[in-house]
Amino acid sequence: MTSPIDRPDSRHEPGTESRSESSPALRHHLTPDQVEKFGAELDAIRMRVLAGLGQDDVDYIRRVIRCQRGLEVAGRGMLQLALLPPFWLGGVVSLSLSKILDNMEIGHNVMHGQFDWTGDPSLASGAFEWDTVCPADQWRHSHNFLHHTFTNVVGKDRDLGYGVLRMSEGQEWSPRDLGNPVYAFLLAALFQWGVMLHDLEVERIAKGERPWDELRPLVRGIARKAGRQTLKDYVLFPLLSGPSFLANLVGNATANLARNLWAFTIIFCGHFPDGVEEFTAEETLGETRGEWYLRQLLGSANISGGPLFHVLSGNLSHQIEHHLFPDLPARRYAEIAEEVRALCEKYGLPYHSAGLGRQFGSVVRRIVRLALPSRALHAA
Amino acid sequence: MPLLGTPRAPWPRRLVSALDALATPHGIDRYLELVDPTWSVREARAVVTEARRQTAGSVTLTLAPNGNWTGFEAGQHTTLTVEIDGVRHSRCYSMATSAHRRDPFELTVKRQPGGTVSSYLCASARPGLRVGLSPAQGDFTLPAARPDRLVLISGGSGITPVLSMLRTLCDEGHTGPVAFVHYSLRADDMPYRTELDRLAADHPNVRLLRGFTEEPGQGELDGLFCDAHLLAADRAWRDAETYVCGPAPLMASARACFEQEGLVDRLHLEAFTPTFPVSGPGVGPSGIVRFQRSGAQIEADGRTLLELAEATGLRPTHGCRMGICHTCTRHMSRGTLRDLRTGVTRTAADTDVQLCVHVPAGDVSLDL
Repeated sequence: MTSPIDRPDSRHEPGTESRSESSPALRHHLTPDQVEKFGAELDAIRMRVLAGLGQDDVDYIRRVIRCQRGLEVAGRGMLQLALLPPFWLGGVVSLSLSKILDNMEIGHNVMHGQFDWTGDPSLASGAFEWDTVCPADQWRHSHNFLHHTFTNVVGKDRDLGYGVLRMSEGQEWSPRDLGNPVYAFLLAALFQWGVMLHDLEVERIAKGERPWDELRPLVRGIARKAGRQTLKDYVLFPLLSGPSFLANLVGNATANLARNLWAFTIIFCGHFPDGVEEFTAEETLGETRGEWYLRQLLGSANISGGPLFHVLSGNLSHQIEHHLFPDLPARRYAEIAEEVRALCEKYGLPYHSAGLGRQFGSVVRRIVRLALPSRALHAA
Repeated sequence: MPLLGTPRAPWPRRLVSALDALATPHGIDRYLELVDPTWSVREARAVVTEARRQTAGSVTLTLAPNGNWTGFEAGQHTTLTVEIDGVRHSRCYSMATSAHRRDPFELTVKRQPGGTVSSYLCASARPGLRVGLSPAQGDFTLPAARPDRLVLISGGSGITPVLSMLRTLCDEGHTGPVAFVHYSLRADDMPYRTELDRLAADHPNVRLLRGFTEEPGQGELDGLFCDAHLLAADRAWRDAETYVCGPAPLMASARACFEQEGLVDRLHLEAFTPTFPVSGPGVGPSGIVRFQRSGAQIEADGRTLLELAEATGLRPTHGCRMGICHTCTRHMSRGTLRDLRTGVTRTAADTDVQLCVHVPAGDVSLDL
């Protein structure tokens, strides 16, 4: 399909009036025709996978869910005896894994609509809730829509620093950015709370771009969701464990912390390692489907690893394939990756992939580097 | 697997809220169903305990429901949900058992040409299959004060709701005359033949008349339904309450017959439609899009469902408008659509669709 798809929206004006001279395609020496052919080949992959979806895909996600619920019940069970150190440790490990699976391989993927075709209400993107304080409906707006549509477009993709960090040279430096590494550490430790506040777009309210009263329903949703999560993790289960109250509470907090650090690590490796490109709003105006595919490829990076690592990362280790096909079941990304890599070679395009250590190392370096103004860095 | 220990409804509400608070955000059902797929504190579900093939093109399922099944009145139906190759499908089927034997109960599914669910059930249903159930629905039922005279007429798989009525009346020791009239193509196609013979033999007030339209002379009646058949069923049919369930032509003849006599209020019809009525997919944009909640409708003109909804003044929540974020996914009760991304046209019912990448290719009814 080669026709342009408009993306008009109340907040983001459509327009084809002025196309910038530079474009992702030009930077990679592709003609418009080649870009559309590239897009058509990706569409063909998508159609083939869609046509083959069936029982195996549902069975897989149900197996993961069964495993997650098992870990959760075991973890909560062990934490009932949290005063005994082996039980505390076993409980924390189980519950951390449960929360990681719930948020990443299950929640994130289900909420992308990867299983809407099954008609199973417990796998419906519009109804699923996950084990974090962030309400699912707000996540679907800030992530599925804003981040996946405007991936790495400076000024539009709020995942570029979550409104807190300076993650791009395109974001103007201010003295408060000196705290970049500290903010990053705090965001990592409190990641679920950061994600929870994400859709409020507090920085746009501060700038007067968003009226306060838009916030009211969002805050109500947050209060309800965070209230329930807090009640479960920090009141009900600790109370049930009687004398182990405090140890149980600390165990639950530790599991939440472990999940926060892991999710932050994986997610920040998706778009910020060296070589991943950013885009300006001008060069993405009136983008065709082929150009959209190209931007998703250039703006994402994979993390290489074994099968268990891919499951625990929610297959976000296949960030490129995920951004090309966000609503295909994530277990398919590994097989798709071979073809995408071959396509990149054919069209002379980069395919960013490296191990976790290297990708995260380069993210940390960027966070530290961007704490300083870019010009000062050049001068040095 | 036996249903030993199936939680019985209603669960105490306080217990359910306490369990839900511990099981937030998924809710307690998502954990119970991992122990046994029919366990639930809210939803009615059942396991197939027997699958009988009475005729070549049908299957009779015996269902053991969980405790949330609240029973039914004779003549009602349930929406049965079954998973086929990973995809859930829902269809309506009338209960065939007496309303006084609600657990287990049975229903008979006749294979429809091209029918996904009926073909699957006829070919593959066996004990152990799990299905979802809606609460019993429908007002094709007998009044609480049972009528003195009754004529029950059915054609094809329309036999199930009227059979349920007959079985219910027999269980109640009803003594008034009941004429049971059934039409099918051939004698072999008729389910419940021996059971009906036995009911008629055991209950002197029950009169059984069968018409096999492709095998004249095989049954008590020949040819299609007409007022002579009514007269054969019960000389005093004008004083009886008549219940008819079957194909559209049968119901139309019955209606014409009763209208002529000015007795329409004694006639009760149950429409059973093997497939949903949609206008066929035309070439290019065609059809009417109905937005059921708002009552608005608009003619298709090549624009997407989302654009058409907006053109009628609706503001469905949406995001990317290019099929990736699923923010605009809504429920479609039935319709024919073309997927802009694949060019594929399909007709479907009771399914979720992304408004922004689908163009109507026939009539569409949306929950919006």
